[in-house]
Amino acid sequence: MTLRKIRVLVGKPGLDGHDRGAKTVASALRDYGMEVIYTGLHQTPEAIAEIAAQEDVDVVGLSILSGAHMALFPRVRAELVKRGMGHVLLTGGGIIPQDDMQALESGGYAKLFGPGTPTEAIAKWIQGEMEKRWKAEGAQS
Amino acid sequence: MNNDARQSNVQSIDARALWQQEFDAAKKRGIEFTSLSGAPLQPLYGPEDVQGEFESQLGYPGSFPYTRGVHPTMYRSRLWTMRQFAGFGSARQTNERFKFLLAHGQTGLSTAFDFPTLMGYDSDHAHSLGEVGQVGVAISSLADMEVLMGGIPMAEVSTSMTINGPAPILLAFYIACGERQGVDPKLLRGTVQNDILKEYQAQHAWLIPAEPALRMITDVMGHCAKHVPQWNTISISGYHIREAGSTAAQELAFTLANGMEYVRRGKAAGLDVDEFAPRLSFFFDSHLDFFEEIAKFRAARRIWARKLRDTFGAKDPRSWMVRFHTQTAGVSLTAQQPENNIVRTAFEALAAVLGGTQSLHTNSMDETLSLPTEKAVKIALRTQQVIAEEIEVAHVIDPLGGSYYVEALTNRLEAEAERYFAEIERRGGVVAATEQGYIQKEIHRSAIAYQAAVERGSKKVVGVNCYVEDEKGPTIELHKIDPAVEREQQQRLAELRRKRDAAKAKRALDDIRDACKGQDNLLERFIAAAHADCTLGEIADVLRAEFGHYKEPKIL
Repeated sequence: MTLRKIRVLVGKPGLDGHDRGAKTVASALRDYGMEVIYTGLHQTPEAIAEIAAQEDVDVVGLSILSGAHMALFPRVRAELVKRGMGHVLLTGGGIIPQDDMQALESGGYAKLFGPGTPTEAIAKWIQGEMEKRWKAEGAQS
Repeated sequence: MNNDARQSNVQSIDARALWQQEFDAAKKRGIEFTSLSGAPLQPLYGPEDVQGEFESQLGYPGSFPYTRGVHPTMYRSRLWTMRQFAGFGSARQTNERFKFLLAHGQTGLSTAFDFPTLMGYDSDHAHSLGEVGQVGVAISSLADMEVLMGGIPMAEVSTSMTINGPAPILLAFYIACGERQGVDPKLLRGTVQNDILKEYQAQHAWLIPAEPALRMITDVMGHCAKHVPQWNTISISGYHIREAGSTAAQELAFTLANGMEYVRRGKAAGLDVDEFAPRLSFFFDSHLDFFEEIAKFRAARRIWARKLRDTFGAKDPRSWMVRFHTQTAGVSLTAQQPENNIVRTAFEALAAVLGGTQSLHTNSMDETLSLPTEKAVKIALRTQQVIAEEIEVAHVIDPLGGSYYVEALTNRLEAEAERYFAEIERRGGVVAATEQGYIQKEIHRSAIAYQAAVERGSKKVVGVNCYVEDEKGPTIELHKIDPAVEREQQQRLAELRRKRDAAKAKRALDDIRDACKGQDNLLERFIAAAHADCTLGEIADVLRAEFGHYKEPKIL
């Protein structure tokens, strides 16, 4: 059960121009009832974290098809933490080899999604994670 | 009509009605019978579905309107050029891959650049961090270009360079590199993609706004017509439009609309259409819908021939011809069960050949996971060689010409393209339509329609939404880029800046700035700057300072 609309920032960090996946996922998450902000292309990690803070989002999803994922995920997270946004659910996808995905996931990043993932699976996963978080927050207060 | 003919006509009408009855009564599989682009398909095509006279719609190969091919002999004289797109890491590593491909029977080179190069940043720029050499080769200077082409005879090999925003700068590096090898620019053969309009629409590696970018393109057309006459100055590309999600008809329409805009700009700059139009080439996607793709290639040739002759007044038949490169569809490949991609690529390559392509890149099976390994690239190249040598399809010109289905599809795609041309015209032309985000929205609409079709199961993808296997871990070996490439590039650039004649480099950049404010040919200034060891980023910075940055319209 979702209490309020989940706010998602879909970001394209770095110089990568492939935005089909980002835009497809952004449109689909809107169809699943989330509020979605799309950063547009060629954003720096700083700019993405800044928008995430301004918009007070719950989730940041990065789409990276440039091979620069090992550099960009940690940089975006560091910039989020700097702005007091370390709590956001940081996820993403793209052309990311499986061992890099595992390395990122075991390094404390959220689940990453590879090519061929149905948008429904991404939406359900985000909803599930947010419900868990909200339930935990509710139990604390 | 004599009695016999009338009799046989009546019989065939009866036969058709009989077939229709049987067809209607029979049970069908419960799926949507549509093309990959979502267009409804009839179960059968016949003479009634094909309008038009043979002479005006098809003609003979090598003659107007070129529906059946641009050469009278097609592959009986010369097979298509097998041209695998390659580039990764440093110039030295890519030079080795080029030599590997040439040694295995590849007949032309095709260069993939990394994102910093595509966006006009040097390898040591802050924006380049983590991206150097990742998706292509890093080329920041003439010195890098010399390493890339080291030991490759530039007068003999034709080279294609996939770059757009800074294309004129990279072309300048290439021309200057040839001059250092002692090769007259008149002997250089190859292609620079240089198609900025589709960058704004689909691929998104741009440098400056549309108007100054189009001026640089006409500068390239003007310079090459005189000094580099065998060079293809623009490869007008549908590939990226399609990969971004468009349908076949949209790919066809937007690509040709962009092409017509370049022709208008060239004419407006005072060039004679027959001086530059023969050096325009095309680049299309070959996707999974076998017949739709073949029809698309045939329609492209016919539309362009008509437009160039009848709308733009070109007199030289070479101006009327669509000569094109094809790449199989990267988006059709799956990360799941990646070996299946070899099969998909083979069908797509076959469609390109039956559609009369001049050159072809076949994707490697591992490209949804990383850049390809040598083994995967070799299988992809061998796929083309099997088509060329073993299956006997290249002996007959336009073998599907006259197929009711393929002719009907060709006509339909031409009509759909014409509807888009009219809409683009209504919006004030292709630049205005792009700045309004219209073309991007059309592509996006098709992309999400396809995704929805896959998710509801009406379009099948083997290994993804049917015949799924539980896969644990990567099943094939992957190619990894060494992060040391970035450091090496940074050191090379520092050394270049230290060793060069600083005053000469500064003068060359000042000359570019002056040319930006005036009318002088920018490509000439870029060649001089290349020889003065100015870097890509330095030249691009002058352009960005003079012309500003491009801002994408918000469509989502």
